[in-house]
Amino acid sequence: MLIETLIVVTFVGSLVTFAAPNRWAGELAFGISALPLVGSLVMYSQFDGTGNALMGGELAFEQSAEWISLGAYSLNWHTGLDGISMPLVVLTTVLVTLAIVSAWTPIDERQSQFYGLVLFMEAGLLGVFAALDFFVWFVFWEAVLVPLYLLIGVWGGPRRKYAAIKVFVYTNVASLAMFIGFVALVFNLPVDTFDLPTVAQALANDQLQAPGWTSVSALKTGAFVAMFAGFAVKVPVVPFHTWLPDAHVEAPTPVSVLLAGVLLKMGTYALLRFNFTMLADVATQYAEIIAIFAVVSVIYGALLALAQQDLKRIVAYSSVSSMGYVLLGLVAYTTYGVGGATFQMISHGLISGLMFMAVGVIYNTTHTRMVTDMSGLADRMPVTVGILVGGAFGYMGLPLMSGFAAEFFVFLGAFRSGTLSGAPVFTAVAMFGIVIVAGYLLFAMQRTLFGPFRLDTDYEVGPAPLHDVAPLFALLLLVIVLGVEPDLFFEMIRDAVNQMPLVEAGLGGGH
Amino acid sequence: MALYELPEWAGLAPALILAATSLVLLLIDSIDPDSSNRPALAGTATTGALLALAVTGWFLAAGVGDPDGRGVISLFGDQLVVDQMSLLFTFIFTSVTAMVTVASYDYLRGHSYQAEYYSLVLLAATGMATMASAASLATVFVSFELLSLSSYALVAFLKENRGSVEAGLKYFLIGALSSAIFVYGISLVYAVTGSLQLTAVAEAAAGTELVGVLGLGVLLVLGGVAFKTATVPFHFWAPEAYEGAPAPISAFLSSASKAAGFVVAFRVFTVAFPVEQFLEIGVDWVFAVQILAVVTMTLGNFAAATQDEVKRMLAYSSVGHAGYALIGLAAITGSNSDLVLGAGMMHLVVYGFMNTGAFLFVALAEYWDVGRTFEDYNGLASRAPVASLAMTVFMLSLAGLPPFGGFASKYILFMGAVNAGFWWLAAIGAINSALSLYYYSRVVKALWIEDPSDDVAKVGVTEQPVGIYAAIVFAAVMTVALLPAFGPVSETAISAAAALVP
Repeated sequence: MLIETLIVVTFVGSLVTFAAPNRWAGELAFGISALPLVGSLVMYSQFDGTGNALMGGELAFEQSAEWISLGAYSLNWHTGLDGISMPLVVLTTVLVTLAIVSAWTPIDERQSQFYGLVLFMEAGLLGVFAALDFFVWFVFWEAVLVPLYLLIGVWGGPRRKYAAIKVFVYTNVASLAMFIGFVALVFNLPVDTFDLPTVAQALANDQLQAPGWTSVSALKTGAFVAMFAGFAVKVPVVPFHTWLPDAHVEAPTPVSVLLAGVLLKMGTYALLRFNFTMLADVATQYAEIIAIFAVVSVIYGALLALAQQDLKRIVAYSSVSSMGYVLLGLVAYTTYGVGGATFQMISHGLISGLMFMAVGVIYNTTHTRMVTDMSGLADRMPVTVGILVGGAFGYMGLPLMSGFAAEFFVFLGAFRSGTLSGAPVFTAVAMFGIVIVAGYLLFAMQRTLFGPFRLDTDYEVGPAPLHDVAPLFALLLLVIVLGVEPDLFFEMIRDAVNQMPLVEAGLGGGH
Repeated sequence: MALYELPEWAGLAPALILAATSLVLLLIDSIDPDSSNRPALAGTATTGALLALAVTGWFLAAGVGDPDGRGVISLFGDQLVVDQMSLLFTFIFTSVTAMVTVASYDYLRGHSYQAEYYSLVLLAATGMATMASAASLATVFVSFELLSLSSYALVAFLKENRGSVEAGLKYFLIGALSSAIFVYGISLVYAVTGSLQLTAVAEAAAGTELVGVLGLGVLLVLGGVAFKTATVPFHFWAPEAYEGAPAPISAFLSSASKAAGFVVAFRVFTVAFPVEQFLEIGVDWVFAVQILAVVTMTLGNFAAATQDEVKRMLAYSSVGHAGYALIGLAAITGSNSDLVLGAGMMHLVVYGFMNTGAFLFVALAEYWDVGRTFEDYNGLASRAPVASLAMTVFMLSLAGLPPFGGFASKYILFMGAVNAGFWWLAAIGAINSALSLYYYSRVVKALWIEDPSDDVAKVGVTEQPVGIYAAIVFAAVMTVALLPAFGPVSETAISAAAALVP
């Protein structure tokens, strides 16, 4: 019942926060978000799941109950965690708590509604990573959209209304495509349930029967394409990424943190679960095409970032690039590839959260984000700038930081992929992305942070308050801890990934 | 038979209670013709509706109409039937009626002929409840007209208001035409089969040679039903009527009356015109329904997306939802047709609450005189947070987002269509659903995101009318509660559908 408790506590907490007065809504939300945070850490310490949730692994904290019966079919409440979802649950609770603290300064109106929606979103996110019945999972998946829409629409920047509607409609259309793809799959299986493990195992056992007018392979491919398109928007993969910069730039800092840190991971997590676990054979069949999507995302995202003048846009586009690594790792189908992709989800969640928060702190102080407007910030706010530089190094993949571990795993796994023909070429091209990442980050930092102090606005610039810097510091600490000791998460990830169909335990096995 | 066993005609208790309440209201009015005792009138009407609702709920829980429970009740030589579908729909009608009468309490302040108003509402509800039970084309037509005639008067109820009177006239003219079409269709079906009772029609149609006449008859009956459900191309009365009518009546018509049209469609087309048998003799009504479904959802949604007034947007979105519900009938030739037909019913159940709630919010806005366009709703959330929250629930639920009932019903409907092999219907529904998100979110945007303009800030929101608020909050609570508690709805609907399609 631990997962359910977590979700319910967060949900009830969101209602309580919604009704609370604005004055101390931020503190209240922080206190409430500490509950799922502690809960998830307790779960992490007690985690005893083994293997992959969908492939018959032993689940931790599993619950199952009847919900809706549809004649022959049943939709059940089924939750549980395995080595892939456990780290993501921890990531969610950590980032939400820190994002709430980072919201104390910038959010200065309708606070109770803001924090209520953030907590509501957290409940949805926890549900997405924990649910193992398609319909339950889909409820949570879609439920995340509503608070996101309002959070961007009410508290966002000047073009917030446009950005909010764009996110809302884009991702909803994507969800619908995915929904039809998955449902078409289930209805042609001899199972009368939407239970994801059951469906995955039936697919693995080749139990799919096509209706008369089509063939099994066409049905599989169709479902794969529909689901891939659906999730690719969420990830986002180029060319489905156009909603992301708008959303990121307009969203208030704490929402950007959650958007990049956790919401994008919904897309990669779903890709991993649905496309790459359930339809592994289709994925390997079209591995080259998917790898092209991945590499294009890496390079194009990085090039777009290079062309930006707005610090927040730079970080936003770099997410497209980082998510490209995840896709490349997934399609490699090796322990280190898929495991590294999962690890990259966590690592990128922490680092991009850190970067967005740092940019947010700078914006709170300077009221501008344009690279051309400022220089020499390091003199005035050394702590923030120090942490920002640390985060940027993590992004570039400096050893002993989580970004290094993640990218190293991905490249290692992708290079040796047995299912992706031309894997070394794809890997080499993707690795070139790192050079561009280093390029735009160093370029932007050099111009904004160092050199003589100059600011094209009239604001006094001084050190940021403690509660602005503390979450940054916490994130940097986590980035370093995970970089030094990736096995805190990687061990359980590897355990789950190794059970996926077609995954090769390359490089001397996963164990 | 136990001592407390009720006689069979008691199966019609919900309809009888509604009719009796209507008469009681007339009685009150004749005792005191000048009565403006609003609490007494609204209270009586609501009590009647709630009593009927309670009895319906009790019957459903006790297994009346369930072939595995207390069995289907057939009355008056198979002219009326009480089964799970009729009870499920009566549940919709009575709950909507109760919400509408409660909300009318405030809305009708200062209007004359209040007793007649409530009496007509309950007469219309009686017509709906009888439509749900009608098992013969004759009873279908009689109850259909009972509902229609009451509705015409109700739409034109605001007689000082040109829009209302015009809408009533328009509704009446098109309604009369549709009734003629409907009854002509019935007469043709009768000419071929020599029967009006639904099962007898199906039997007699089996070996007929007059396929052309029968086909025309079926098509005309479909036209009559399409009018009541506001299905394209018989929809064009709907936006006018919904816009001109008093907002609680718009809610009543677009939720309950539409559902009444569907219950007739579901029963007549499955029992009297069973699809496989009719395909065999060459009457392909399913194809017509599929076209209707696609055109209705697409046209309704596109028209809704271009509206400037919230009430008109809701009217067109209601047309769109008729298209969704038609999927239940359009996909009936596939496998597991009970799932998709049941899903159509589930959607109508949820729709009864979310759509009524949405129109009642419009009623609230009209009560406050805040205006009709999206812009006029700007910033209402800061002045009426509870009602705005409820409206947000309705809008997002209509758009099919969780955690609301509309999510479950819409996606189970799409699921049912895919399951029946009609993935293209589901896909078109999905595209429409995505489009609908745009205009539903406009309302949410206006309420929460936009800042009120200066002249808007001055008017309205002077008081909190208890009746409308109570109805809105109840509808919102039901819309939310219907997601976790979807189990009983789905079970009843599927079982009701399974009884119709063999």
